[in-house]
Amino acid sequence: MPDGKFSRRTILKASGIAAVSAFASPIRAAAPEPTAVTPALIEAARNEGKVVYYTSIDLPVAEPIAKAFEAKYPGIAVRVERTGAERVFQRIGQEYASNIHAVDVVNSSDAAHFIVWKRDGLLVPFVPEDVAKHYPAEQKDPDGLFAAFRASLSVIGYNTRLVKPENAPKSFADLLDPKWAGKIVKAHPGYSGTILTATYQMSRDIGWGFFEKLAKQRVMQVQSAADPPKKLGLGERAIMADGNEYVLFQIKEAGGPVEVVYPTEGTPLIVSPNAVFNAAPNPNAARLFQCFCFSPECQDLVVNRGGMRSFHAQIKDKPGRRPLSDIKLMKEDAAAVEKLSEEIKAHYTKIFRV
Amino acid sequence: MTLTLAVPAAPGRSTFRFDLSLPILLGFSVALCLLILLPLSWLVYYSLHDRAGGFTLANFAQLVTDPTFLDPLVTTLILAISSATICCLVAAPMGWLVARTDMPLRRTIRALVTASFVTPPFLGAVAWELLAAPNSGLLNKIFRAVTGAESDEYLFNIYSLPGLIFVISCYTFPYVFVLVANALDRIPGDLEDASSILGGGAWTTARRVTVPLALPAVLAGALIAFLQAMTLFGSPAILALPAGFHTMTTKIWSLFQYPPKPELAAAASLPLLVLTVALLRAEAFVLGRRSYAVVGGRQGDPRRVPLGRWKWVALGAAFLVLLNPVFLPYGALLNAAFSQVASEFVWFDNVTLHNIDFVFFELSATGLAFRNTLILCTSAATIGTVMAVVIAYITSRRVVAWHKALGFLATAPVAVPGIVLGVGLFLTYTRPPFVLYGTLWILLIAFITIALPAAYQQLQSAFRVVNPDLEEASRILGATRLGTLGRITAPLLRTSVIATWCFIFIGVIRELSAAIMLFTSETKVISVLIFDLNESGDLGAIAVLGIIMLVFTFAVVILINRIPGFGGVRLRNT
Repeated sequence: MPDGKFSRRTILKASGIAAVSAFASPIRAAAPEPTAVTPALIEAARNEGKVVYYTSIDLPVAEPIAKAFEAKYPGIAVRVERTGAERVFQRIGQEYASNIHAVDVVNSSDAAHFIVWKRDGLLVPFVPEDVAKHYPAEQKDPDGLFAAFRASLSVIGYNTRLVKPENAPKSFADLLDPKWAGKIVKAHPGYSGTILTATYQMSRDIGWGFFEKLAKQRVMQVQSAADPPKKLGLGERAIMADGNEYVLFQIKEAGGPVEVVYPTEGTPLIVSPNAVFNAAPNPNAARLFQCFCFSPECQDLVVNRGGMRSFHAQIKDKPGRRPLSDIKLMKEDAAAVEKLSEEIKAHYTKIFRV
Repeated sequence: MTLTLAVPAAPGRSTFRFDLSLPILLGFSVALCLLILLPLSWLVYYSLHDRAGGFTLANFAQLVTDPTFLDPLVTTLILAISSATICCLVAAPMGWLVARTDMPLRRTIRALVTASFVTPPFLGAVAWELLAAPNSGLLNKIFRAVTGAESDEYLFNIYSLPGLIFVISCYTFPYVFVLVANALDRIPGDLEDASSILGGGAWTTARRVTVPLALPAVLAGALIAFLQAMTLFGSPAILALPAGFHTMTTKIWSLFQYPPKPELAAAASLPLLVLTVALLRAEAFVLGRRSYAVVGGRQGDPRRVPLGRWKWVALGAAFLVLLNPVFLPYGALLNAAFSQVASEFVWFDNVTLHNIDFVFFELSATGLAFRNTLILCTSAATIGTVMAVVIAYITSRRVVAWHKALGFLATAPVAVPGIVLGVGLFLTYTRPPFVLYGTLWILLIAFITIALPAAYQQLQSAFRVVNPDLEEASRILGATRLGTLGRITAPLLRTSVIATWCFIFIGVIRELSAAIMLFTSETKVISVLIFDLNESGDLGAIAVLGIIMLVFTFAVVILINRIPGFGGVRLRNT
């Protein structure tokens, strides 16, 4: 991989994202019967009194989700343990290796993690009613271990006070223009699952050569995919080479001077599943929380307040945001990310030196 | 039981009192060995073995041939030398001004240095991001507004090696200042008077008396500053990584990111250890056989040098220095705490309480992190101070034959970057017989180990100037070693002991590098929470948490200063 280039594949429109490899395990029995939220489940969850949510969602979205759950189910406290998806993965691995079972429900922006956790038998088969009724088959695990809680894009962005729309980059190739040297910020695939997934898709579709040239542009290297949009909002850098579309939406809709660009080469799509752990210390609260996460109420929060994309059939995109079907997307391939993850991180570090 | 006690002791036996001191002191020595040798042994073991467990030198070979290791090593050396030099150049004259001259507002200056000392370096680094990020930094914005420069021109770029050296120096110079000012406080005026009476002018007195007496403190300060700069993790992680370069600590930390490479990290940390040992030897060599026992039974007050008109210049310079670690960063944090966009100046039309609301009512980790931090600070400070007093006593009074080894052990952790110690502890305490990972105990052990060198050095240099004849008198009159330590030595060193307690307390609040390896979701501390928030760019929340942390720290320092019985003691060291 290091210097090679992935063969370019057909890029699917959102309507046919389909066949995400992670969701297409051909083997084994069907998922368990869907679970509805019953008074018995709520009671059992309330007896446990808390639920621990390891997630890579940006805190200003993750905490309101927790607060909405607490408001709906008083007496059950949610503790959000938020960090980058790659850190979440390491944290859980480290804790499980030491026999510490602290996590109830997990959300990761690196869908490849769920392949690993599933293979290791760490997840519990559990299908919330909403997932069974309102989610397309390709966005849920056939064995019922996980489902796509949210999706977002890794996009280019710019600060509208520092860059005029007509001068803004239109493509990844435009970022290599010498005029952007020292003006670009980007996030890190060793921290962020979004960026790891995006780096995989971009290296496959446009080649590592792009990153090698980008590294010569004196980019500011931050960690979280949520940070480049914030650095644009501050005016610290004019352009972001990658980062969350959803945080850009939040800043833009709050009146911040930022604008989204969907690169002409295609935009990396990042699907983030949710799952309940087998050894969850609060198994009932975990299940109740998982049900809540996929409810229209929570998905509405994720979309309207969070700026993310939902696969729930009843949830519509917020007006003013470009629908996924109108965006040229790069193809998601969690199985490939799982295989190449270490190589991508190592190669990236070699190019960018940190 | 009562019966036994009721029986009066036979007159003949009353003269025999078994001295428990030695066994207890031995116990301390053993505990110290376990505390420090165990994780270090694991580090050495890991550095010499490959993943399969076979013996290898490949890790070291990679270290000296791979430029991705050599570059950070060179960067770290430049960083440490520059910071130590800047610290000495700034702090030694300031210490002298405050301790030995009639400059006005001396107490205020001391208090402000205290403020910069208690400011966690990573918080300072975030504050300086707010001030001097090339485009959004407040100082650069002022610069552009004043000069009318283009939107991409800047005065300061904090994301650079000079920027990093500057920020690290800001929060390392108090170490030198405290040691120098304390040493100068202790030098009795009669030595200088003697010099004057014998015809020495002000310059001769300074050269022949004051400077030589202060020299050990300056050297010790330079050493601590060097080691601090070398082993600091938070500031480089915040400022160097965005600029695209590593220091040794961030490099070692990056080796623990998934997939972890502990054997390489262990190998990478050993050069730092060797370097520190060499420095400690050099310090001992320079100080040589000079004797610095200046505190005896009688003592004259220090004599102050009149500065005349220059005292206002001196005061101005002191304030100018303190602008950097205190006034500007605190201002930037306050501004960010109440602003919607951290890089904009707060005014009446854009002030917001959103960040405060977020930290207290939305962020679910806040309460837990504060609780954990408080528990750890208090217990680590108490246990650590007791250990430091006992070990400093053993080594300075040569109670046991191997006191030198003990002194070395107590100082050794300073050479181990917190992050590496974190891994050593992780390896040690995730397997039987001591399974402590996931509990606060492992963090407590880490914090005590990390705090011990500074605490020990501080108390040791305090012991060094207490003339042992007072203790000898007590021993001759029949007191045990521990009795003497408790009744004679400790009270003499009261200021240092209290200062050490605060020193550790504050050190624990600031600690990030070991905590970041050892925390689990249940045992998160505030420093880790702040680091997490920085990685996702939530600067407003950091500002709020940081200000609470600072208020909390100041409250402790002031409280300790007011404890009845300690009333006369001015807390100089912090």
